[in-house]
Amino acid sequence: MSELSYRHNLDTLFEAGFFSLNQSQKSTILLNCFRYLHVHHAARCEEYQRISALMSSDLKGYEDLPYLAVRLFKLHELKSIPNIDVFKTLTSSGTTGQIPARIFLDKETSARQSKVLVNIMQQFIGKQRLPMLIIDSPSSLKNAKFSARNAGIQGMAFFGREHAYALHEDMSLNLEVVNQFVEKHKDKPVLLFGFTFMVWLNFIQALKKQKVQLSFNEGKLVHSGGWKKLIQQQVSNDIFKETVYQVTQIEKVHNFYGMAEQVGSVFVECEKGYLHAPPFADLIIRDPYTLKPMLNGETGLIQVLSVIPTSYPGYSLLTEDVGTVLGEDDCKCGRLGRYFRVEGRLPKTEVRGCSDTAGVSHV
Amino acid sequence: MDNNEKLKQVFCQALGIEADQVTDSLTYNTIEEWDSTAHMILVAELEDTFDVMLDTDDIIDMSTVGKAKEILAKYEVQF
Repeated sequence: MSELSYRHNLDTLFEAGFFSLNQSQKSTILLNCFRYLHVHHAARCEEYQRISALMSSDLKGYEDLPYLAVRLFKLHELKSIPNIDVFKTLTSSGTTGQIPARIFLDKETSARQSKVLVNIMQQFIGKQRLPMLIIDSPSSLKNAKFSARNAGIQGMAFFGREHAYALHEDMSLNLEVVNQFVEKHKDKPVLLFGFTFMVWLNFIQALKKQKVQLSFNEGKLVHSGGWKKLIQQQVSNDIFKETVYQVTQIEKVHNFYGMAEQVGSVFVECEKGYLHAPPFADLIIRDPYTLKPMLNGETGLIQVLSVIPTSYPGYSLLTEDVGTVLGEDDCKCGRLGRYFRVEGRLPKTEVRGCSDTAGVSHV
Repeated sequence: MDNNEKLKQVFCQALGIEADQVTDSLTYNTIEEWDSTAHMILVAELEDTFDVMLDTDDIIDMSTVGKAKEILAKYEVQF
């Protein structure tokens, strides 16, 4: 497959949305893209070439695609472009003592990330940009280092207007800003965005403690960044959503699963509470011991596939997250393709995720 | 001031660049001053100046000054 047909396939996916391609139609298009990306990276990234040479070369299905363990991006500088074309280097969340991953972006991959993110999120929160309350401190963007946390906020800021920041620099609640925001946009559609653990601890719990009741009847909350800390506190997604509703009156809550190593092609939670593979990405589950592909309904390691990355060899990654594909083409929300649940992280891996690492120094 | 001059002024203010840098072919992310943070400021100022509401498709498509004119034209801002 040529670069031209890769681009053509991408155009098809941009047109597709969540409702027009079933799993078999979608995987045919994606497989074409992944075969192209495999050849592309093997020709440009020596490390990828060496690793993938050890794997199957007959790429009949997703399960035949070579994959890299996400942690390789911490250990090696993996890129498929000359240094002169590096436009941004994205570093993953990592607390002190942890090595951050480095993801090398050229202009093309970076632009594709934004375009894909917008295409996916529009299908959950609409095209209109809404007044936006960001559950973070304004200083998070001033940080010179281009971290995954900054990238997440910057990417999501595209969906908002009149941005306000709900937290002080020390992560305490800025009630004055929140009240001003409520006053100004009362009963109008608004968008709230933050990292899961910070939304829970620094916003929802802080509002509760101060006995503040907000009424964002027309609000939408989008959040991401890992559940590890909430699971430790026995907070399930149901409890999270119920509490968000009690404190803010927000009914529409969308978690999304994504990572610094595959920015853009996020997996968003539908109205029924399941994460969906968007047109641009897919996933398979592998047995954590044998790495053999598993069936729908079985729980194992998540391998994520994305059509976005051409500047670094990250189109097929074995994560350290554990999840279950619950089905395909039959979610009650109507979206086609695979839907799944993330159950947690492999034990004894490092703490990662914007939400979990952001909390480490503050809890 | 006509709309071309207004547009030029918005770009200068939002991005902190000189008027002679604002040509139709000036492209997002090719100069340090026009990055994603500045882009959001630019969008907000365009909306204020021309009294329009741009959606997410518009701001993703707005990759050059020329494109900005095309997009504003959709909202009946004439150049």
